[in-house]
Amino acid sequence: MSFWTRHQIFEKNSIILIVGILAVVAIGGLVEITPLFYLKSTIEKVDGIRPYTPLELTGRNIYVREGCYLCHSQMIRPLRDEVERYGHFSLAAESMYDHPFQWGSKRTGPDLARVGAKYSDEWHVTHLTNPRAIVPQSVMPGYPFLAETEVDIAGMEGHLRTSRTVGVPYSDDQIANAVADLKAQADPDNPGVDAFTKRYPKAVARNFDGKAGLPTEMDALVAYLQMLGTLVDFKLYNEKANLR
Amino acid sequence: MSQAPNAKTMTTGESGLTLVFAAAAFLCMIAAAKALDAPFAFHASLGAAASLAAVFAILNRYYDRPAALPPQEINGRPNYNMAPIKFAAVASVFWGIAGFLVGLIIACQLAWPALNFDLPWISFGRLRPLHTSAVIFAFGGNVLIATSFYVVQKTCRARLAGDLAPWFVVLGYNFFILIAGTGYLLGVTQSKEYAEPEWYADHWLTIVWVVYLLVFLMTLVKRKEPHIFVANWFYLAFIVTIAVLHLGNNPALPVSVFGSKSYIAWGGVQDAMFQWWYGHNAVGFFLTAGFLAIMYYFIPKRAERPIYSYRLSIIHFWALIFLYIWAGPHHLHYTALPDWAQTLGMTFSIMLWMPSWGGMINGLMTLSGAWDKLRTDPVLRMLVVSVAFYGMSTFEGPLMSIKVVNSLSHYTDWTIGHVHAGALGWVGFVSFGALYCLVPWLWDRKGLYSLKLVNWHFWIATIGIVLYISAMWVSGILQGLMWRAYTSLGFLEYSFIETVEAMHPFYIIRAAGGGLFLIGSLIMAYNLWMTVRAGEAEVQAPAALQPAE
Repeated sequence: MSFWTRHQIFEKNSIILIVGILAVVAIGGLVEITPLFYLKSTIEKVDGIRPYTPLELTGRNIYVREGCYLCHSQMIRPLRDEVERYGHFSLAAESMYDHPFQWGSKRTGPDLARVGAKYSDEWHVTHLTNPRAIVPQSVMPGYPFLAETEVDIAGMEGHLRTSRTVGVPYSDDQIANAVADLKAQADPDNPGVDAFTKRYPKAVARNFDGKAGLPTEMDALVAYLQMLGTLVDFKLYNEKANLR
Repeated sequence: MSQAPNAKTMTTGESGLTLVFAAAAFLCMIAAAKALDAPFAFHASLGAAASLAAVFAILNRYYDRPAALPPQEINGRPNYNMAPIKFAAVASVFWGIAGFLVGLIIACQLAWPALNFDLPWISFGRLRPLHTSAVIFAFGGNVLIATSFYVVQKTCRARLAGDLAPWFVVLGYNFFILIAGTGYLLGVTQSKEYAEPEWYADHWLTIVWVVYLLVFLMTLVKRKEPHIFVANWFYLAFIVTIAVLHLGNNPALPVSVFGSKSYIAWGGVQDAMFQWWYGHNAVGFFLTAGFLAIMYYFIPKRAERPIYSYRLSIIHFWALIFLYIWAGPHHLHYTALPDWAQTLGMTFSIMLWMPSWGGMINGLMTLSGAWDKLRTDPVLRMLVVSVAFYGMSTFEGPLMSIKVVNSLSHYTDWTIGHVHAGALGWVGFVSFGALYCLVPWLWDRKGLYSLKLVNWHFWIATIGIVLYISAMWVSGILQGLMWRAYTSLGFLEYSFIETVEAMHPFYIIRAAGGGLFLIGSLIMAYNLWMTVRAGEAEVQAPAALQPAE
């Protein structure tokens, strides 16, 4: 029986055809994806990575909602010009608590993986409100409505709890104080700031949008942008130990 | 007329679906009342309205229909079910024009950012997923559903399985499009490219897709032909694999069942790998396997020639579906994804060139002995040029997946140009060709209203594609080179914003190309409309073939 006659079993039996298709398409995915969950070298061992603060997480969700990832990557490749332009190449560990990941696939605007602490809060607020006020050639849309919208405070605890279920290690303490921490980070005079910084090391409490009152979406987005890429201290990072 | 042998009763499908939709309407109303955010309340209301409409439509159809269900055969000839296909064909033209229009708008926004108007609903970041979903899933998806339902019936010589099920698939799928599209404008997205719809839209799509698979499979099962025609292998691979990809990439946990926001189960590097395993195979199985099935039916039909090689179709089918799945990591070259996965992705992407060209050769060589028809039949010309674009973009793809090339092309407009060579040239043209064939067949017309207008569509759209992809090649390679340019003193030569400024003329050329492509599709819509409205009826079309519905 020739090969071509044997193939007729697939052509004459729809169930065998469908099983054949499933078997053939399963292989590639299984080989490429499953090892990422158990190979220890997949995610580097790094100090400093922590879950997002409630305000940063809110800002991140705004970043997702507005589709910022469609024009800005958060993934610096280990190429000379990128490292000189943006900083140390990105580590897998730096996005390990990102659900979903925001590496992006297009740079209509620059990479943002290490944009944190590069510009002042005021720069960001002005730029987000009207990008061409600061960079005349920019093609970025303006987001003036962010400063006028207060963030949804009440649901914060649920966001942290859901994140914990999908694998972000929020503590009971962090979840219970989600609302208080959200308010404290946007207001340096808030009595809860000390407790907040204890719960989230290296987090900064500032009035990001420069306006009094409850945190706005502008506060949240700027807080997120200002922490991007700031968690790992690359002076202490052991590159040799994590070579893959 | 009313000589029903037995009294009219509701089928289990009719009564069951009525109950299901009544329950769904009730649940949606509760969800709308308890909704935590406005978009969710809006979508739940839409769900309630659609469920009520479904209940009404099923009951109305039941009261209007004769006691007996449409027979499987009439006078020994299969009684094909064409009504849902007509709906999907019309929907595809509508969504196509909408999707191309949004594409033109966002192309103009990149050239003239003032067009964002500082409004959330129409800013680039929200319109871009609307564009991609509208063209891929709304336009392409409806073309695939229409053609697959047509081809599977004709090549199996069997009526489409199910009575309400085909309608459920067509209408349910378009409802998913509505939810997804309005969601993007309202800021409801999980930000995974080409998988942006949130958890509730994903659940609904899963249900629709499983029914789609069942309808297709059960039609295959009851076929009158011993062999399953090659186009149906590709359709089946497309439907099954898209189901697997959709489930793998979208497991998300909603913050509340009364809110739109969810968090995806995968994080960081694993999420990236899942996403591009999905994303690249949305290309491989949705935009390639499905449309290859169209090629395998419509080109031989239109050229009136047999498929060039049966053996080549077997080899390239299995090789294509096996290799495609591995190619995802080429979207993640030089990222934090481990190198071994990147290397696998690159290797398999290069190998993928071969089965891709196997398909192209099989399609083009089917014209053997009929090449002269390209002079006289612009529809066939459109189909053949689509295969040529397929060949070109499946050469470009493996080239760009080589890491050294990718280090230049990634993050630039070259990728956008590559995608559009495939999307406009291959998927667009093969869909237009199929619609030009399908509409006269479905509405029993002798032929198209005007072949001259097809010719105009062909040339205007072709010029549009050439403008689009060459502008993106130049801007992509230019930007990639500017990013890595150094002065003689060893400093980076250009600031980022200088590279953005350099893109401006190419963004205008790209918008012009997209505009031409849109004009072409409007010509098509007019031509198809006039074909249905004013076309000459097929003379020997027996009325018995088409039951009143």
